[in-house]
Amino acid sequence: MAFYDKLFSALGLSEWCGTSDDKAPLSLADLAAQAGGEEASGPLMPIPSFDNLHESCNRIWQSRDVTNGIEEGFLAAKPVLKTVLDPITQPLSWMLDGALWLFEAMPWFIMVPLLVAISWYASRSRPVTIFVAVSIMLLAVVDHYDVAMQTLSIIFVCTTISVLFGVPIGIAMSKSDRLQKSVIPLLDLLQTLPTFVYLIPLIFLFSVTESKLYGIAIILYAIVPVIRLTDLGIRLVDQDVIEAANAFGMNDRQKLMRVQLPLALPNIMAGINQTIMMSLAMVVIASLVSAPGLGVNVLRGIRNLELGVGIVAGIGIVLLAVILDRVSKAALTRVDKTQVKH
Amino acid sequence: MTQPMVRLSGLYKIFGARDKDVLQHVKGGMGKEELLAQHGHVLGLNNINVDMQAGEITVVMGLSGSGKSTLIRHLNRLIEPTAGEIIVQGEDVMQLSEDGLRHARQEKMSMVFQKFALLPHKTVLKNAGMPLSVRGEDEATCDREAAKWLDRVGLSGFENHYPAQLSGGMQQRVGIARALSANTPIMLMDEAFSALDPLIRTDMQDLLLELQKELHKTIIFITHDLDEALKLADHLVILKDGFVVQQGEPQHILLNPSDPYIEDFVSDINRARVLRVRSVMTPLGGDKVPADAHGEVDVNDTLESMIARSGGDTSHAYIVKDGEQTVGTLDMTELVRALVPRVASKAGARQS
Repeated sequence: MAFYDKLFSALGLSEWCGTSDDKAPLSLADLAAQAGGEEASGPLMPIPSFDNLHESCNRIWQSRDVTNGIEEGFLAAKPVLKTVLDPITQPLSWMLDGALWLFEAMPWFIMVPLLVAISWYASRSRPVTIFVAVSIMLLAVVDHYDVAMQTLSIIFVCTTISVLFGVPIGIAMSKSDRLQKSVIPLLDLLQTLPTFVYLIPLIFLFSVTESKLYGIAIILYAIVPVIRLTDLGIRLVDQDVIEAANAFGMNDRQKLMRVQLPLALPNIMAGINQTIMMSLAMVVIASLVSAPGLGVNVLRGIRNLELGVGIVAGIGIVLLAVILDRVSKAALTRVDKTQVKH
Repeated sequence: MTQPMVRLSGLYKIFGARDKDVLQHVKGGMGKEELLAQHGHVLGLNNINVDMQAGEITVVMGLSGSGKSTLIRHLNRLIEPTAGEIIVQGEDVMQLSEDGLRHARQEKMSMVFQKFALLPHKTVLKNAGMPLSVRGEDEATCDREAAKWLDRVGLSGFENHYPAQLSGGMQQRVGIARALSANTPIMLMDEAFSALDPLIRTDMQDLLLELQKELHKTIIFITHDLDEALKLADHLVILKDGFVVQQGEPQHILLNPSDPYIEDFVSDINRARVLRVRSVMTPLGGDKVPADAHGEVDVNDTLESMIARSGGDTSHAYIVKDGEQTVGTLDMTELVRALVPRVASKAGARQS
């Protein structure tokens, strides 16, 4: 005799509910009750949840039907999604594989000086450049050079794609309040969704051996800040300067290229910095779905309780993060000409 | 009279969502406060009719909130009017297409802003050449013109600095050089010197007058400073709560204020410095020149210089010359009388 029986009979729904011959599988609590031989005595008034109502009325779903429904719905949509998404995202796999191949095939005595040179070109800061050189050599000395390069190549591809898509989306959002209002909840969702949850639907859609699986997860997670800060940066451009641009007869394209984007550049660069950091965070988690790199070693450390392996790989990730952060921040300060003083 | 360079007729601007609907109330005589209280709309401009002549400096003066900045933004349609006509060089600005309007902004009207509004990421040279590069001129032309005008406003040597490296006065010189390099017949100056400190402001006013002597642009100058207005204006328009209280020749307004509001305004002015001999002299009636004249003076001398010259003796009289021609006589007693405002700080004028 369940608590809500009276409710359904009072509503005259006993007929509709049908007899309580339970064909649905038992819940775990029921099994426990049967095994214990005791009456499942709940609280005084149980929460009117699906499971509790189901006990009184067969027609009501059980909560497991909800999760099953979502799963079945997704599986039903899967063939369509797959036919659409597979070809579109295929270039991502090629880019990731290509970058991985390139970063690994490049001999270290070319790659390391190249990375140092890029750091110098971007930051024009001697301490930062020296730090980059020392960090890479440290990684190389403990034989983590290859995995670090794999991680770097994935970040390189994913950040580039995030910027290529994120900046135009941000520009479009800054032009249209309606678009901004509709995109922001989506960005909130992408930013707050636990990182592991990204992987679940993707595993269903794509094979775990394809690199685009983790590529998509990283891009979805990392694209958010660059979109947000591009939108914000353009909206924050001094209205007086925009008015001057209008007064001298600039068209929309001239305004965008000559005024809005250059003045929003510090904000956009801050967004790119965040995007790089977030792809690094995600690339570690993506090692769960076969993303190569330092994350694999971290995972090995956890799985096999190899403390040393995990910690060395973890420190490697920290070094990479600091390198990427310092170089992109130094580049940011350099482009921010509005701060120039005497 | 020739066609004015800019003609505003029946211009109204009401800020709010239903501006066209509440326009009839304003036309029916509703004031700014009532409109805000009853309909929640802000009255910006109320039946403005102003002709701005080619080659003159038209100064629009008013306190903050009087609608002067709104007015100047109507000339190049940075703000759309609720009703009325804006005719520039015989062409109705309201009829222009988007391209036509952009073209007019590039070729006909350039603007100088209170807050300079320079591009912070571009050098002074590129800022000054911006109007030309917007038109699609090649870089060499832009740089050449920009350098020429920067030199003209006294900024040669600063071409490769960034705006943030310059003082306010120098930044506004860049703003002026930018407007000049556009080579437009009309220049709109929105409180161009208000953000500068007084000495620099005087320098900039002198610079503007000097440039104007050479270039003969049609300048529309917005200010809240009566001294500045009187110094620069060929034609003075005084705005209050969105309507024109009085307009005309500045000396005439100073001597014949039509409204307590303006009397109040002009009562604080150093009249001896602003008024000129031509405004207070007695025009030559017939041919009699006083025999006891103490000398000859120019029509454009200030009263201040006359007082200094006469040593404060009110019995003196002078012959007024416009170039070679004798145009009138000046009695120092008349001059002293003109120094006192017609209604000398009448009590309560300030409250009206």
